[in-house]
Amino acid sequence: MAKLSLRVNGSPREVESADPDIPLLYALRDHLGLTGTHFGCGLAQCGACTVLVGGRPVRSCVTPARAVANQDVTTIEGLGTPARPDPLQAAFIAEQAAQCGFCTAGIVMSAKALLATTPRPTRQQVTDALAGNLCRCGSHDRVVRAVLRAAGAPGGR
Amino acid sequence: MRLSRRAFLAGLTATGGALVVGFGPARAQTVPNADRFLGKSLAPDAVDSYLVIHADGSVTIFTGRVDLGTGHRISMRQIAGEELDVAPERIALIEGDSALTPNQGATGGSYGVARGGSQLRQAAATARQALLTLGAAKLGRPEADLELADGRVRVRGGGAGAGYAELLGDKPFNVKLDPKAPFKASDRFRFIGKSLPRPDVPEKVTGTHRYVHDVTLPGMVHARVIRPSMDGGVLTAVDEASIGHLPGVRTIRQQNFLAVVADREWDAVRAATALKTSWMPGPPAAGIGTRDHAGLYDGMKAARVVRDQEIAKRGDLTALAAPPAGTRTLSAEYRWPFQTHGSMGPSCAVADVKADRATIWSSSQGTHNLAGTCARVLGLERPRVRVIYMDGAGSYGPNGNDDAGMEAALISKAVGKPVRVQWSRQEEHGQDPKGPAQLLQLRAAVDPDGQVAAWDSQAWLPMATANLPHLPLLSLDAAGLPQTPGRSTGLIYQNIDPPYAVGGLNAVVHWLAEAPLRTSAFRAPGKVANTFAVESFTDEIAALAKVDPVEFRLRRLSNARGVEVLRRCAAKMGWQPRPSPGPVNRSAAVLTGRGIAYVHYKHDETIVAMGMEVAVERATGKIRVTRVVCAQDCGLMINPDCVQAQLEGNIIQTISRTLHEEVVFDRDRVTSLDWASYPILTFVEVPALEFDLIQRLDQPPLGVGEAASTPVPAALANAVFDATGVRLRTVPFRPERVKAALAGG
Repeated sequence: MAKLSLRVNGSPREVESADPDIPLLYALRDHLGLTGTHFGCGLAQCGACTVLVGGRPVRSCVTPARAVANQDVTTIEGLGTPARPDPLQAAFIAEQAAQCGFCTAGIVMSAKALLATTPRPTRQQVTDALAGNLCRCGSHDRVVRAVLRAAGAPGGR
Repeated sequence: MRLSRRAFLAGLTATGGALVVGFGPARAQTVPNADRFLGKSLAPDAVDSYLVIHADGSVTIFTGRVDLGTGHRISMRQIAGEELDVAPERIALIEGDSALTPNQGATGGSYGVARGGSQLRQAAATARQALLTLGAAKLGRPEADLELADGRVRVRGGGAGAGYAELLGDKPFNVKLDPKAPFKASDRFRFIGKSLPRPDVPEKVTGTHRYVHDVTLPGMVHARVIRPSMDGGVLTAVDEASIGHLPGVRTIRQQNFLAVVADREWDAVRAATALKTSWMPGPPAAGIGTRDHAGLYDGMKAARVVRDQEIAKRGDLTALAAPPAGTRTLSAEYRWPFQTHGSMGPSCAVADVKADRATIWSSSQGTHNLAGTCARVLGLERPRVRVIYMDGAGSYGPNGNDDAGMEAALISKAVGKPVRVQWSRQEEHGQDPKGPAQLLQLRAAVDPDGQVAAWDSQAWLPMATANLPHLPLLSLDAAGLPQTPGRSTGLIYQNIDPPYAVGGLNAVVHWLAEAPLRTSAFRAPGKVANTFAVESFTDEIAALAKVDPVEFRLRRLSNARGVEVLRRCAAKMGWQPRPSPGPVNRSAAVLTGRGIAYVHYKHDETIVAMGMEVAVERATGKIRVTRVVCAQDCGLMINPDCVQAQLEGNIIQTISRTLHEEVVFDRDRVTSLDWASYPILTFVEVPALEFDLIQRLDQPPLGVGEAASTPVPAALANAVFDATGVRLRTVPFRPERVKAALAGG
C-alpha cells in the first residue's frame, strides 16, 4: 500500500492506495468522499474533473495524486455551500446556469482560475478559458453570463 | 413463498435506510425518510398516489416522471401548489421511485409537464374539490362561499377557517382523479407562469448535489464490465493471471458477460485495463444489419423493406408524374448520420440484490419499466424490486443507464454485495444505443406561378418493434438470458410531411428490417432529420420560385398560432424580405447569410420558428453560427425561465449535432469512442441567443424538451445557402465537407 499525503481544501488528508500512481480524481472521490468532482472521460477531454492545484486548473482524471502531494488542491467543495456560496457560485445560481449540472463543478473551477488572473474578463476571454470544458445540455450562454456577472462586467444580467 | 406486505416493507425500509445514512439534511432530490411513505397508493388514477398533506400543512408530491436537468422539480411544485394554494417551498417532491411514485410512463417525448404535470394538476384540482367539501361540512357554509388560501379552507375574503390537515384528520383522500375537477382560473395564478428558481441549482454549483455516481452503500464494491472486441462477441478465454498482481480483484462471468470487481474503484479500473481476454465473432443480434459506414446511405436504399407506411396522402399528384408544360420539378436527398446521446458522465448504477429483494439506484428515464425487467431477470416478484431514480449526467433519451442498472443487478446477485457499475467514456460512446441514421428523398412540382402543385416525401427509416417491453440490454444477450429482441427508436416518422398547403401531397416511410447499430430514442426522435429535410426543401422551392423564405411559408400556413410565431420570429430578427441566396460576393473571405425554419411539432403540439445568421469561411469551410432568434408557442408555460433553458439546450445541442456529430463504425463496432473522434460544440462556438416566448395562460402546456431542436439544422443550412448559394444536404456540416461543397464538389 502506498501512502499519499495531500492538502485538500486547506486540510491535510491521507490516502492509501494499492497503486502509487492513483489519479487524483479517484483519490478525491473514492478515498476522500469528495464527490463534487466528476468523472467524465478519463482522457482530459471534457473538463468535468477540473480542480485547482496551486490555483491553476488541472484535469484530476489524468493527474497522479502523488504529483500534487505538496501543493494546495482546491475542489468545488472548497469554495462555498448552498447556504453560503462563493460569489462565483452565487452568480451561477442567479443565472440558473446549470441543467443536469454534471459538468458544472469543472466549469466553476475553470472560471475560478480565470477570474483569479483576469478579474474583468471579456466575453471572448471567458469562452476561451472554458473551451476545454464540455457541456451537453446547452447551458453555455447562462454560464458565460454567470462568469461575467461574477466579474461585475457588463454582459452579465 | 410470498412474504406478507408488512415484512416486505420492513425489508425495503432497511435497504433504503442504508442509503439515507449517507445524506445530510433536506436535499433538492432526496426527501429524508422517504421510506415512511412505503405502502402508499401507486395507482395512476388515485389522488393519494400524487400527493400527501402533512399535519403541519406541508405537502409531499410524487411524480413518476423525473427531472433530467429540465426544471421539473420546480415546475411540478408550481403546478401542485397552484391548485392547492400551498407555496412551492412548502412542497417536497419524490420522483421516479418505483415503490413510491405512480407509473406515469417513462420520462420522454417532451411530456414531463404536458402529460405528467397535467395528471398531477388534475390530482391536485381533485384534492382541492375534496378539501372544499370537507371545509363546507366543518365550517357549516356552502362550498361556493369558501376558498383555499395558504393551506387553509376559509370563508372567501378572510377568516381563520380550517387547515387541510385538520380537515383530513390524518387520513388519505381516498378519491379517484376527477377529470372534471376544474383548474384554478388563470387570472388567480400565484405560482404558475412565474420563473421561480430551481431547487437543485445551488447544490449543483457547489458540488453537493448527489448523483447516482455518488451513491455508496456499506460493503459496496466497484465493478467494470469487460466489453468484447467486437459487438456480440463470444468470449473464448479469460487470462486470470493477467490481473493476479492486483489485490482483491475478482472476475464475474456468465457466458459472454464478464466483469471485474474490486473494493476500490481505481483497482477496478486497473483490472479492466489489465485483464487479457480473447473473443470471436458471435451471431449478429436481431435487427443488426451489415456494417458499412462508407456505404451507409446506399445500404439503406438497398436494405430489405418490411413494409411501406403512408403517412399522408391527399390531392392530385399528377404534376409530379407528368408535369404540364412550364411546371418545374425539383428533387433532393437529405442524409442524417447515426448520433450518440453523448451524456457528459458515462452511465452508472448501484444495485443491492438480496435473495428475496433488490434495490437499484439508477438514472433510468423509466424506473418502473426497469424494475419490471429486473424483476423478471432476477426471478423476483415485481413489488420486491425497487428502482430509485437518482440524477445522472443529462440524458436525452435512453443512453446506457438501463444497461448499467441491469449489469449492476447481475453482478450484485453474483457477488452477494452492493455493486456500483461505472461505464468508461469509451463504453458510453461505443455502447449506448444510438439515434438512427435517416435518409429522405423529397420531390416537388412547382407551377409557373410558383405554386407547389405536388409534394412527395420518401423516408428510409429502421423499423421499431411494436410493444417492445424494454430496450434490448447488452448484458442479457451476453449472459444468454432471455429477452424480447427488437428495436427501439421513438416515433421517427413524424413531420416527414410539410405543414404547408400544397396541391397534392404524398408521404411514405419505407420501414427497414435492419440497421447497423442498436438504437433508441434520441431527443426529438426522427423529427430533427425529418424537419431538416422538409424545411430545407421548402427553402429550395422558395429559391426556385424566387420568393422570400418567410413570405413563402406565410402564404401557405393556415394555423393562426403558427402564423403569429413565424411573424414574431421574423420581426425580432429584423428580417429583410428578399429571395435567397443573397448577393454572393465570390471574392469575400467570409460569407454571411440568414435563414429561417418553422415546425409544428408532431403537427399538433408546440410551434417553433427559428432564424439564424451564419458566417462561412471560404478558405476553410468553417461555419460559425453568429445569432439565433427563436419564437415559440408551447401553450401554457409553467415556468418561463425553465422553458427558455430548455430552448437554449435544444438549440445549442442541435447546432452541435448539425455541425459536428457523426458516429463512425467498422465491421466490428463503433470506432468514434471519445470527444476527439466524436467532437461536440465548445464554448467558443456558442452564438448569441434571443427569444420571443408566447405565454398562453388559458391553454394546456404542450411540451418544450424537444420541439425547438427540430428547426435548427434547416435554419442553419438555409442560412448557409443564403450566404453561399450552396445547399448542404448531408449532416454533419464539417469544414472539409463544406469546403468541398463551396468548391463545387
